[in-house]
Amino acid sequence: MSMSVPVSTSLPAGPGRRAWRRLRRQKAAVFGMAVTAIFLLTALLAPSLAPYGLLDIGRSFVPPSAAHWLGTDSLGSDVLSNIIYGARTSLIVGVFAMATSSVIGITLGSIAGYFGGWVDDALMRVTELFQILPQFFLAIVIVALFGSSIWNIVLVIGILAWPVTARLIRAEFLTLKRRDFVEAARSLGMSNRDIIVREILPNALPPIIVNGTLQISGAILLETSLAFLGLGDPNVMSWGTMLHNAQEFFNRAWWMAAFPGLALFLATLSLNLIGDALNDALNPKR
Amino acid sequence: MSLLVFVIRRLLYIVPLLVCAVTVIFFLVHAAPGDPVDYIIGEAGADSEVVARLRAEMGLDQPVLVQLWRYVLQVLSGNLGYSLVSSAPVLDLILERFPATLLLMASQYTLSAIIGVLLGVLAARRPSSPLDTALTFLSLTSFSLPIFWLGQMMILAFGYHLNWFPIQGMSNLREGYTGWRYALDVAHHMVLPVVTLTIFNLGLIMRLTRASMLQVVGQDYVKVAYAKGHSERTVLLRHALRNALLPVVTVVGLEIPGLIAGAVLAETVFAWPGLGRLTFDAINSRDYPLLMGMFIFISFFVIVANLLVDIIYGLLDPRIRYQ
Repeated sequence: MSMSVPVSTSLPAGPGRRAWRRLRRQKAAVFGMAVTAIFLLTALLAPSLAPYGLLDIGRSFVPPSAAHWLGTDSLGSDVLSNIIYGARTSLIVGVFAMATSSVIGITLGSIAGYFGGWVDDALMRVTELFQILPQFFLAIVIVALFGSSIWNIVLVIGILAWPVTARLIRAEFLTLKRRDFVEAARSLGMSNRDIIVREILPNALPPIIVNGTLQISGAILLETSLAFLGLGDPNVMSWGTMLHNAQEFFNRAWWMAAFPGLALFLATLSLNLIGDALNDALNPKR
Repeated sequence: MSLLVFVIRRLLYIVPLLVCAVTVIFFLVHAAPGDPVDYIIGEAGADSEVVARLRAEMGLDQPVLVQLWRYVLQVLSGNLGYSLVSSAPVLDLILERFPATLLLMASQYTLSAIIGVLLGVLAARRPSSPLDTALTFLSLTSFSLPIFWLGQMMILAFGYHLNWFPIQGMSNLREGYTGWRYALDVAHHMVLPVVTLTIFNLGLIMRLTRASMLQVVGQDYVKVAYAKGHSERTVLLRHALRNALLPVVTVVGLEIPGLIAGAVLAETVFAWPGLGRLTFDAINSRDYPLLMGMFIFISFFVIVANLLVDIIYGLLDPRIRYQ
């Protein structure tokens, strides 16, 4: 669902304009980092931040008020507290799904790019197949069949998202492996493994870092989409589940839909802003 | 190579891809906890005689590869199994709902392509201008938006609050309109879902067009076009855009699965009677054959759509005549 697109190219501009542009870019990035920091802190400190526990149940459909800043839902639990706990779920899904797909993608991508030949061909056919399969539906089927525990969801997203990473890493390896420093390492008798891990990989990482932030936001969106369709982990609070529950009660409680969605939107937007800024910062050509 | 040979070759390519999709789903069901029969009879359960008969019918006593072969043949012959809930053939259920989804997708796609390309060209015209910055931010916002939430907010604002548009379904069943009155009614119902989907897809197309235009405007033939004294408008739209659209077409082709996923989510929000609603109901009743059939059908659709994208690509770019 997420993808990296080259964002900006600079045409000749005066020094003043360039500085202004950089500042503005930074503003967006600073906003992204600030919101992400709040998101992280909320997720980590959830139990002490949430005004109510997950099992505290009071009156249903209380509109936003002093006691319940963001109102209560159909079961009478506090929307703000649920959003705070939901941040934890989103963070876990985002980070671990990204880690899973990165491990698979980096491993397969470097092997394909470094060795080339039939290994490369075979691995690329597999990634192509993965990319043509409708991943969202595959995720639905897998989660429906294997159960919707949060770790299942993490695994599914990780397994579905690796082809993008693999392709990026492979492309980097294809150019990097012809460079002199790799030749030098080879003539020094370094093993293939050491050349891949110690020499080429560190140089191939920048696009992966950008892609990583996009994959976190992509994973968060995918998890909430599944939960919205009713495939959330029933044992944890998810923003998607909150939106799923809100769907029935539109006419009674707009706050049940508005606030969890806003949290989700801000989280993905800020991650994407960071990815965008990193893309500019890590790419010296622009 | 002629267009015909190219198309035929790509058509033949559909079969192995489809077989792969079917194989993936087959092994998933096999690896899933429990017996495949459980997924056929559902959570209601059945007595042991029925289970034994089903197992024999499905050939579960056969080796796995034989089962796979049978399943592939069955799917290729157009049999996607039977729904647990309505016991109707899965393919019929899907085909019955597909036109509604297609209507939604085609409308939003036309709109977002036109607006997205236009805004992308506008943004690329003066890079780093305030307009460009605003549009870039807009496009980032657009694909950070959770589409189901966007839909819900549209319903709250334009449905409940302002009461401008109907919030659910595809037509007003109570009125029983016919003819052009019916078409108008459907159009009225379509506004919110289509606008939601358009906002969602606009960002990607805009961003791609902008990036692609910026790469093209530096090239010689564009400079030549300027040197010939063509107006900026002519150069941008006639010369640059034509070439800039190529990568846009490719990436949008790759994004088709994502577009369908977006449509499914939006349909769920708006209770649009298409594949999305069908998926939602299938999930909530754990209708496994229907979910599996949906996956295979969407795979098929994506493969065919990609073929079309390839052909469009070839038509747009005379340099690449289907090697």
